[in-house]
Amino acid sequence: MSQMRKAMIVTLLGATALTASPGVAKDLRIALQSDADVLDPDQSRTFVGRIVYASLCDKLVDITPDLEIIPQLATSWNTSQDGTAITMQLREGVVFHDGTPFNAEAVAANIERSQTMDESRRKSELASITSTEVTGEYEIVLNLAGPDATLMAQLADRAGMMVSPTAAAAAGTDFGLNPICSGAFSFTERVAQDKIVLTKFDDYWNADAIHFDSVTFLPIPDTTVRLANLQAGDIDMLERLNATDLTQANDDPDIVVDSAVSLGYQAITFNIDNGPRGDNPWGNDKRLRQALSYAVDRDALNQVVFEGAFAPGNQPFPSTSPWYNQSLPLEPRDIEKAKALLAEAGFPEGLELEIQVPNSTEPLAVMQVVQAMAAEAGIDIKLTSKEFATLLADQSAGDYTASQIGWSGRVDPDGNNHPFVTTNGGINDSKYSDPKMDELMDAARVAGSTEERKALYDEAMTILLDDLNRVFLYHVNWIWAYSDSMKGFTPYPDGMIRLENVTWEE
Amino acid sequence: MLAFLLRRILIAIPTVVIISVMVFGLQQLLPGDPLLVLAGEERDPEVLEALREKYRLNDPIPMQYLAWVGNALQGDLGVSLRTNQPVTELMAQKLPVTIQLALMSMVFALVIGIPAGILSAVKKGTATDYVANVVALSGLSIPNFWLGIMLILLVSVKWQLLPASGYVPPSEDLWQSIRTMLMPSFVLGTALAATLMRHTRSSMIGVLSADYVRTARAKGLAERVVILKHALRNALTPIVTLTALLFGELVAGAVLTEQIFTIPGFGKLVVDAVFNRDYAVVQGIVLVTALGFILMNLFADAMYFVLNPRLRGT
Repeated sequence: MSQMRKAMIVTLLGATALTASPGVAKDLRIALQSDADVLDPDQSRTFVGRIVYASLCDKLVDITPDLEIIPQLATSWNTSQDGTAITMQLREGVVFHDGTPFNAEAVAANIERSQTMDESRRKSELASITSTEVTGEYEIVLNLAGPDATLMAQLADRAGMMVSPTAAAAAGTDFGLNPICSGAFSFTERVAQDKIVLTKFDDYWNADAIHFDSVTFLPIPDTTVRLANLQAGDIDMLERLNATDLTQANDDPDIVVDSAVSLGYQAITFNIDNGPRGDNPWGNDKRLRQALSYAVDRDALNQVVFEGAFAPGNQPFPSTSPWYNQSLPLEPRDIEKAKALLAEAGFPEGLELEIQVPNSTEPLAVMQVVQAMAAEAGIDIKLTSKEFATLLADQSAGDYTASQIGWSGRVDPDGNNHPFVTTNGGINDSKYSDPKMDELMDAARVAGSTEERKALYDEAMTILLDDLNRVFLYHVNWIWAYSDSMKGFTPYPDGMIRLENVTWEE
Repeated sequence: MLAFLLRRILIAIPTVVIISVMVFGLQQLLPGDPLLVLAGEERDPEVLEALREKYRLNDPIPMQYLAWVGNALQGDLGVSLRTNQPVTELMAQKLPVTIQLALMSMVFALVIGIPAGILSAVKKGTATDYVANVVALSGLSIPNFWLGIMLILLVSVKWQLLPASGYVPPSEDLWQSIRTMLMPSFVLGTALAATLMRHTRSSMIGVLSADYVRTARAKGLAERVVILKHALRNALTPIVTLTALLFGELVAGAVLTEQIFTIPGFGKLVVDAVFNRDYAVVQGIVLVTALGFILMNLFADAMYFVLNPRLRGT
């Protein structure tokens, strides 16, 4: 870890150096862990797709590394007293890559597209907007069904990405074959599974902050090969370095390693009441789930599987998040307590637990460690490894007892909770239902101030960590490795690569 | 000869039909709903329904099949569920890549395999034969992915001689294209060279003990002429069949090799498509691959006539 800190200092020093000498222009090559899906912000759903958008498509607002909402295409915004209207001032002089001007009409067209296109994956994210009103060339009012504290965070991601309304109207659902946005780079070429090439957009509103002529994204799934490419100088940066490759990367003097705790989590989700299979001891008695939670040593898990590179966790947010309930810290492993809880629930001899796991290396390794730890408390875990699509289908149909599954995380705390724990939550595969929880979660959606919301989530956490329909295990760290010629890169908890003010010095 | 080939082509038609039905059917047996993954993490039911409608997944399976065949006959293999790109366009992008890989690997396989086989047959039982056999056995036993990663670490990272992975089209930069393909085609070629070497050896040993070879030698012909002109030509027939069949193995091997060296070819396309449940892409690729395989066999059949004049009368 100290080496990683050193790397961070090197980066900071680099950032100071850049004020003295403006870096040379360059074609940047970034390796991604997988290929992006369709390049249409309204239809897209992959994490790597969002990394490409960070250079291709500007959003109404952006976030800081501390998750505060800051202006991007919208320069300021005001919420009405009753919380049912947001008035936004828009940036002037912005054009899309096809020359179409960006204005309030364009924003209205974008929101309509996200809400009405059949294939749109953004409908639920923008569900609270009932209508838009263009009140000036650069002013738009979003009318809401009711107060929605989560909306601005949605507008800081794909739902807030602005595509050229003329190009979108002409291309329809085929927009993703030739995406036209207003970001720092414009789309040049894509060869599936090979590369996505973007070229610097000269009319970009913030062009002075961009120091690369082009950026090429190369999907390289094998982590060893990804690192080998970086070491050989064939690429300049890679995302998601494997924890097991950290030593090798840190030992290379030409490589800088940076990291940030992600917004998501990894957990074991239990079937509480999803179909007949929910009616089992593990679904019926929270003491068993608590016993499992006490049996797991999350620090050791992190050390064994991830060489200590990730963040152990017990809540839907990492402990570094402003939303983490600090009065409910991660408790140390307590085998005696686990055994006592099992006995209390009527299983002094222990019992069996079937957990389904995605059939890839990391989740399997994690669950084998959990299996060994739980065995010491008398919990006999049977792992059923399934291909991801199957696991998801079984989980959604209620054909499971417990499932090891993660969540990529959202900027707003609502995204990590509401869909999973409210009675009608869209992805509440546990079918967990608690009236008090529904009340708290719904209230947190509409509460006006951050303090109010924090208090509601804090209270929800006390119930959540007692009921444990999800037993949280750890939070992934995004780990980037890049050439030491690259200066000024800032790690963000959303895992994106923002190229503003990043330079290249040979 | 023409009649023979025509008969072969006619036999191939039902094979293609059966393959297409099997691919279509097997895919339906895959557990898991492709759309649950496609709909995004939130799995909005409204989006799911819209997608099912769009890709006709609500229709009965036989109807889906007929619709697909109808379009396929018109050259339309559908669009990728994942990227919205037409399948034919995807394949047009990938096919030249894998063909280049296959051809370069074949060159490695032939250049290493056949001379090594001849040598070890001629020097049967000597140290040369044993060394050649050990090398061949290693070629067969060393897994492609291991050899690939070792080569990347040595040649690219340590010595920095060749690019570690990726692909450059020959039209863009021929020299760079060959350089990037060198390691992957070597990895793929060596495994095939081993098989070729073993077959060439046994075929040559058989032929070398034949009467006409003794006669040729008795005539006082130079040993080189005996081996290359008299023996090899007759030993080649089974090897040609094998080479044609090896093209199938080549495509299978390309799946792994392309994965390691991140070559955007056919193999990588099919693996990713299976994992992403990209039905249209899987169907399209398997159909085209099967057609290619059948064509390779036809080509091998035609080659017999060229190599063996005795068959021309039949």
